[in-house]
Amino acid sequence: MSGQTVAADLSGHMLGLDEDEDLEVFTKNSSLADGSPMPNSPGSMVNQYRLEEDEEDQLGAYTKDIFVTVDNPESNVTAIETFIMYRVVTKTTRSEFDSSEYEVRRRYQDFLWLRSRLEENHPTLIVHPLPEKFVMKSMVERFNDDFIETRRKALHRFLNKISEHPILSYSQHFKVFLTAQDLVSQKKQGPGFLSRMGETVRAVANSVRGLRSRPEEFTVMQDYMENFSNKICSVDKVTQRIIKEQREYLDELKQYSPTYTQWAESEEELSQPLKAIASCVERCSKETEEQIHHLSEVLVPTLHEYVLCAETVKAVMRRRDNIQAEFEAKNEALVSRKVDQEALQEEVDGLADRVELANNALRGDWSRWQNGMRTDLRSAFISTAEKNVEHYEKCLAVWESFLLSQREELSQEQVEDAS
Amino acid sequence: MVEKGTALLRKLEINVAEAEKRTGKNTVNMQETYTVYLIEIRPAETVPEGGTPAAPDTLWRRYSEFELLRTYLLVTYPYVIVPPLPEKRAEFVWHKLSADNLDPDFVERRRVGLENFLLRVASHPVLSNDKIFFLFLTEVSNRTHIYTYADSRLKSLSAMFRVKNPDKRFTALKHYSDELNTVISQLLRVRARVADRLYGVYKVHGNYGRVFSEWSAIEKEMGDGLQSAGHHMDTYAASIDDILEEEEHYADELKEYLFYTDAVRSVCRKHELIQYELEMAAQDLAHKKQQKEELATGTVRIFSLKGMTSKLFGQESQEQRESRLATLEQSIREGEETVKEKNAECQEFVRTAWEDIERFKEQKDKDLREALIGYAIMQISMCKKGIQVWSNAKECFNKM
Repeated sequence: MSGQTVAADLSGHMLGLDEDEDLEVFTKNSSLADGSPMPNSPGSMVNQYRLEEDEEDQLGAYTKDIFVTVDNPESNVTAIETFIMYRVVTKTTRSEFDSSEYEVRRRYQDFLWLRSRLEENHPTLIVHPLPEKFVMKSMVERFNDDFIETRRKALHRFLNKISEHPILSYSQHFKVFLTAQDLVSQKKQGPGFLSRMGETVRAVANSVRGLRSRPEEFTVMQDYMENFSNKICSVDKVTQRIIKEQREYLDELKQYSPTYTQWAESEEELSQPLKAIASCVERCSKETEEQIHHLSEVLVPTLHEYVLCAETVKAVMRRRDNIQAEFEAKNEALVSRKVDQEALQEEVDGLADRVELANNALRGDWSRWQNGMRTDLRSAFISTAEKNVEHYEKCLAVWESFLLSQREELSQEQVEDAS
Repeated sequence: MVEKGTALLRKLEINVAEAEKRTGKNTVNMQETYTVYLIEIRPAETVPEGGTPAAPDTLWRRYSEFELLRTYLLVTYPYVIVPPLPEKRAEFVWHKLSADNLDPDFVERRRVGLENFLLRVASHPVLSNDKIFFLFLTEVSNRTHIYTYADSRLKSLSAMFRVKNPDKRFTALKHYSDELNTVISQLLRVRARVADRLYGVYKVHGNYGRVFSEWSAIEKEMGDGLQSAGHHMDTYAASIDDILEEEEHYADELKEYLFYTDAVRSVCRKHELIQYELEMAAQDLAHKKQQKEELATGTVRIFSLKGMTSKLFGQESQEQRESRLATLEQSIREGEETVKEKNAECQEFVRTAWEDIERFKEQKDKDLREALIGYAIMQISMCKKGIQVWSNAKECFNKM
């Protein structure tokens, strides 16, 4: 981001700029129907979204200059409620930030606020999902340590996904979230509740109307997301089932060691091998415990995130459809009505631009998201496979050492017998 | 596992080669289906170069006939720990394994168990010389006539009796045998439950196979990697069947020694019976001697009907007394003979029993240690399979 300065009154997003592009920064603050600032020319907006096919190039062009961590959950007790505050630490070299290091405390609600702002301003960008508000099915206590830790990790991932996004990471709301000591006053700015309500009503009305013709590429995208959503949910379910079966297996396995130990007590010659077996089984039990732990810590959260992502993308597609539907509605009205054409024409043109903007945003973010999904899932599966290999290797070593000990015992006995 | 140390095994090679289903009428004239097992006997000489091995002598026997043979051995050699038969009904099964006696897997495992039984008997220093055993292997005999003599002792084993001076060694042995029985039963129960659970874990991975395959259909770059990873998940899920089948052998080895504990207990009980009979005989003798003493000295220390009646109806005559004394002395001589016999019997029993017990202990230690080693080898094999499958899966994931 060298050489570029940002106008202080820009309340919307920063443009993701390639250093070679000679792009103007627009300060005119005319709003689009959904409240986000509208650029003057769609043509210039197209350029900001680069469809990078080559992943390596993309990585090369994007060097990380902002690092965010979420840690240190602490309980906060007030007269009305109890909640958890997380520490959010930011380290950055970006010039938009006054300092290079920030530390703030945020609660889950604050993350929700940030995300909804980001979605509002970028309706057709894929904003990474947050961990769920409350996990009903497992009836986990809100202040249970495991729950808090799982949530903390997910919040950490969320902020990192945002900070890695070429457009979202330059959002003013993001900056405020990371830096403001008092977030409450900041939250009060921006489009109010009523305007958001209005948008929802319009969206519903438009969706009832239906789309005339969705571009083929988005239908393909939608079909894919339907299927992907099903598949990722299935994988998630299978994984949960495996964990359940493993836990039940572990419970039974733990019975072995005491039984072998008990047996060893009534034996003489057999006492040593029986005790050795007891110890082997115990070690294998520990390894199984770790295996289960790994699944829960690595694979399950990733799968779960992408289950939520699938819903996010579906929502993004719906919003895109609504934008197109709104345009089509006004366009039809324009075509049929003879009076007041000039004013309507301008509105229709505006909406047409909005459609193109939305489509380009989604297109660009779509391939980015797909690559991210591939990377994340691949890495989680690889990690799981590696852990399983490690599990079996450790158990193998345990049993081989038992065999070795028996061979030593046997040869020692043979020596004793011979003498 | 079985040592070829006996004369019988030097002469013969014994196999239980096959199993077949038969139908016939049973003793209450009802149709029944049962399994018969083929016993094959071959001479144990090595076959000369280029020569054909001699055709085996074969005969078919069913499980109940093996039971009769074993009962005979139990009765005839009370001091021997008689090898057990494979279980009558499938016990300690985990859910996939059938408890049905006609199930082919059960029949196969029983075939192996019966062969093992015959080899155990054939390698026993005492049992291998038994004529009836030899006939069992070689002659299709009318099975009822050999085994029908019911030793009253076998019946009396279930009777309750208390021994005054129990032999410490036998008491300890019985105690050990009970403990072994308890702990092996427990182990077999745990094993069955663990097998059940492990089966579940592996099979659920098969669902990955199905889902990955379906998922790969909608992906472009990830498709191949997912698809092939899915295949490895299927392989993983399928591998548990062989793994658990192998583990059944381990369970069978444990079961054999579980049933052996019954045989050990039986020897202890027989010793108790002999000891009891000895004590009874000694007690009887002591009583008679006391009676004689009383009769000789004229004092009545012990209450007896004779003493009572003589008090009431007057002393008996001198001839009567002398005649009674003579009878008593004869009885005492017989009693002393009995005690001497019982004593000898008891000592002989103890000697031969402890010989067999020592032999059994050595066999048990050796066999069970080998079984444990076998178990470790199975675990190693299972781990190696696991490493292979997941390494392959990792390669596929890399390609995603």
